[in-house]
Amino acid sequence: MTDAIQNNVNSTNTVQQFRQDFAVIASWVSFASKVLDLGCGDGELLQFLRSGLEVKGYGVEKDDANWLACMQNGSNVIQMDLEDGLSGFEDQSFDTVILSQTLQAMHNTEEIVHEMLRVGREIIVTFPNFGYWRNRLQITNGRMPVSKILPYQWYDTPNVHLCTINDFDEFCKNHKITILERCVITNTKTIHFMPNLLGNLAMYRLKAA
Amino acid sequence: MQENNSVGIVAAQTAHFNRPLTLKSGAVLPQFDLVYETYGTLNADKSNAVLICHALSGTHHVAGKYSADDKYPGWWDNLIGPNKPLDTNKFFVIGVNNLGGCHGSTGAASNNPATGQPWGSQFPVLTVEDWVASQALLADYLGITQLAAVLGGSLGGMQALQWTIAYPERVRHALVIASAPNLTAQNMAFNEVARQAIITDPEFYGGDYYAHGVVPRRGLRIARMLGHITYLSDDAMGAKFGRKLKGAIQYSFDAEFEMESYLRYQGDKFAGEFDANTYLRMTRALDYYDPALACGHDLSLALKQVKAQFLVVSFTSDWRFSPARSREIVKALLDNELTVSYAEVTAAHGHDAFLMPDAHYHNILRSYLNNVQV
Repeated sequence: MTDAIQNNVNSTNTVQQFRQDFAVIASWVSFASKVLDLGCGDGELLQFLRSGLEVKGYGVEKDDANWLACMQNGSNVIQMDLEDGLSGFEDQSFDTVILSQTLQAMHNTEEIVHEMLRVGREIIVTFPNFGYWRNRLQITNGRMPVSKILPYQWYDTPNVHLCTINDFDEFCKNHKITILERCVITNTKTIHFMPNLLGNLAMYRLKAA
Repeated sequence: MQENNSVGIVAAQTAHFNRPLTLKSGAVLPQFDLVYETYGTLNADKSNAVLICHALSGTHHVAGKYSADDKYPGWWDNLIGPNKPLDTNKFFVIGVNNLGGCHGSTGAASNNPATGQPWGSQFPVLTVEDWVASQALLADYLGITQLAAVLGGSLGGMQALQWTIAYPERVRHALVIASAPNLTAQNMAFNEVARQAIITDPEFYGGDYYAHGVVPRRGLRIARMLGHITYLSDDAMGAKFGRKLKGAIQYSFDAEFEMESYLRYQGDKFAGEFDANTYLRMTRALDYYDPALACGHDLSLALKQVKAQFLVVSFTSDWRFSPARSREIVKALLDNELTVSYAEVTAAHGHDAFLMPDAHYHNILRSYLNNVQV
């Protein structure tokens, strides 16, 4: 599902935004650290982090074709379903655990965030901001939002837990998760003013309180 | 499989080791032979060797044919050859018949040099550790200091894992397929039933049947039939045979269902070509293998010295070596921050899936092996 989004993003000439996403994540990952990328798709982010930051990276991916793409680009990849949790990984065994644009497609949302905080000293979560004005506009016009970052129709979307930046802020507060940094972007721009309205991709660096 | 990517006509070779080998049990083999085959060419710096470890009933004849008229090629021919997933244009591949085997390496049917008679019941019980030690001697014999990879399925996967534990400097990659870090009680129970079938056969003679000019055929046949049930999934058996009858119901105990014919055929075929003493020892080696035992049942601790990179593969319908068991290996490797990838292949064939030419499975192995530097 992450891959589908990525493919869509790539194929619609917004590679820049995707790179921006990578760049922010990379700025939050330490040199030569140990990174776990959940729902790693074809391993592009891992490859980016490996080449730039020499991280020791592992991906987790369920889909066969994505798994193979990861293997072919030289990433370590563990095939498993994130919905089952991260029982194969020890507590605090990674510097950073990343969930990039996959949170909204998880059924066990609370559990995966909890598991990430168990396994990682820090975690990075990114998701499409449902509060973005273009989404609101489509809702106002009586339709479910469809966009580059949310490319699915209501009947075929893997996204089951879409949220806004305000929702996620409150989720962190209620679950006693410390927000270390938050970055909101639209295309290549960082959004500081009214991010919940003007930003379409939210990125958080978090740790357990 | 097309002939043009076959390794072609091959021949087995014998390495004679005129030196004693002390086994894990403390028993000593005064001398021994290992029969092996090789495919591809060993490169100048001897860095492209891949060892194939066989499972319960495997042999050194992994790929190719002995003559153009051979009906079947080696047992993993679909994997190995020019441009196949394990590409013999790149790698020098070694197949070996394990010690205690019955295809040419020293085993219970070989003559005991002390008596001039077959070893029979006196042939020692072997372990995975012993096999790996003997395989390392074969690598020495071939002038290979470090293997590019060791690859094995099932019991062969245990040997691949053991290589990385016993000789961390001598193996760069391990491909552990449809395997486990030890057997469960249920898995060992199947082995026990198989052994009891053999041992209680009146023609077993305590393992010294060679002297009586007979073989415990009935026991071996039943052991193999049992094995075959556990190597297939319920779904695979259903798809292959279902409840199909060969003809009308006869109200008899003949092989009326196709499944029965299949099991009887497999049992008969195996009993005609395999040695019962070898079967006993192979299953025992499976039972005993448990690298975590000496480390307080902590597999992560047992793998502390390991340096190799790993590919671990399991199959969804394999209930004899289930994905959960492979995940235990993966977890222990991750705990040691080793380089590992794990694939859980969706397959209907049960344990046998590791020998099938499934496209995705073969792509996994091909992709991994492409990244192996030689």
